[in-house]
Amino acid sequence: MLSLIFITTGIIFNLLGCIGIIRLPDTYNRLQAATKCVTLGCCSILFGVVLHFGLNDAGAKALVAIPILFFGSTVAAHALIRGTYHFGIKLGKKSVKDDYKEAIK
Amino acid sequence: MRYVTVFILSLIFWLLLTFRITLPNLIVGSVASIICSAVFTRFFIKNVYKLLQPHRYYWFIIYLFVFIWECIKANIDVAYRVLHPAMPIRPGIVKVRTTLKSDLARTLLANSITMTPGTITIDIIGDYLYIHWIYVRSEDPEIYTRMITGAFEKYIKKIIE
Repeated sequence: MLSLIFITTGIIFNLLGCIGIIRLPDTYNRLQAATKCVTLGCCSILFGVVLHFGLNDAGAKALVAIPILFFGSTVAAHALIRGTYHFGIKLGKKSVKDDYKEAIK
Repeated sequence: MRYVTVFILSLIFWLLLTFRITLPNLIVGSVASIICSAVFTRFFIKNVYKLLQPHRYYWFIIYLFVFIWECIKANIDVAYRVLHPAMPIRPGIVKVRTTLKSDLARTLLANSITMTPGTITIDIIGDYLYIHWIYVRSEDPEIYTRMITGAFEKYIKKIIE
């Protein structure tokens, strides 16, 4: 039962992340939604799987996958956002501040 | 000593992933762990004896709870901005100074920042972290440095340095 709650929460967060990817205006903000919601959503689903199976081989794999997913997605977000900036894509119209421009001149 | 530590950690990781203690499995795991320790030890922490100090684990567990709490807050924050009809965003890139020195501590800080409300680390140049923020709440460097790194820096310092 508890596992179902975690899995449902995870699916809802994944859905919110996808809505964010569609609605937000530029690449940088879209990455925000893509990393946060989707990472916590997937971690929550995996934790639900751990609770469902208990600590046998499937549960242990899910438990090991959580830190891998966490580090993988944060490093991927970091690489993507840095690559986007160096490729020359401008910040969106609503942006108020850009300290990075002077640093990489 | 560092090689042995990496070997043991990779073997534990392999055993968790396969979850079967049989002789063929142990042999394959050992070979894979030897290759891992030969290739990746140069990226590992310099002083492995730090792994044996229990107070670091104590702080790590506290940090884990703080982190999970911040992570849930981050998600609710992003969900609110996404679902709000007017979409209240005010994005920008800010520069934040860090006092952490070692590479591992900086990596952990950058990853933590990426998972907290509305911030993604773009780059680290010298002592400065460049951070994309979905809603720039303040123009004053003092205040936003405390808002972004304040929750984590003291714990990471106790865990790693």
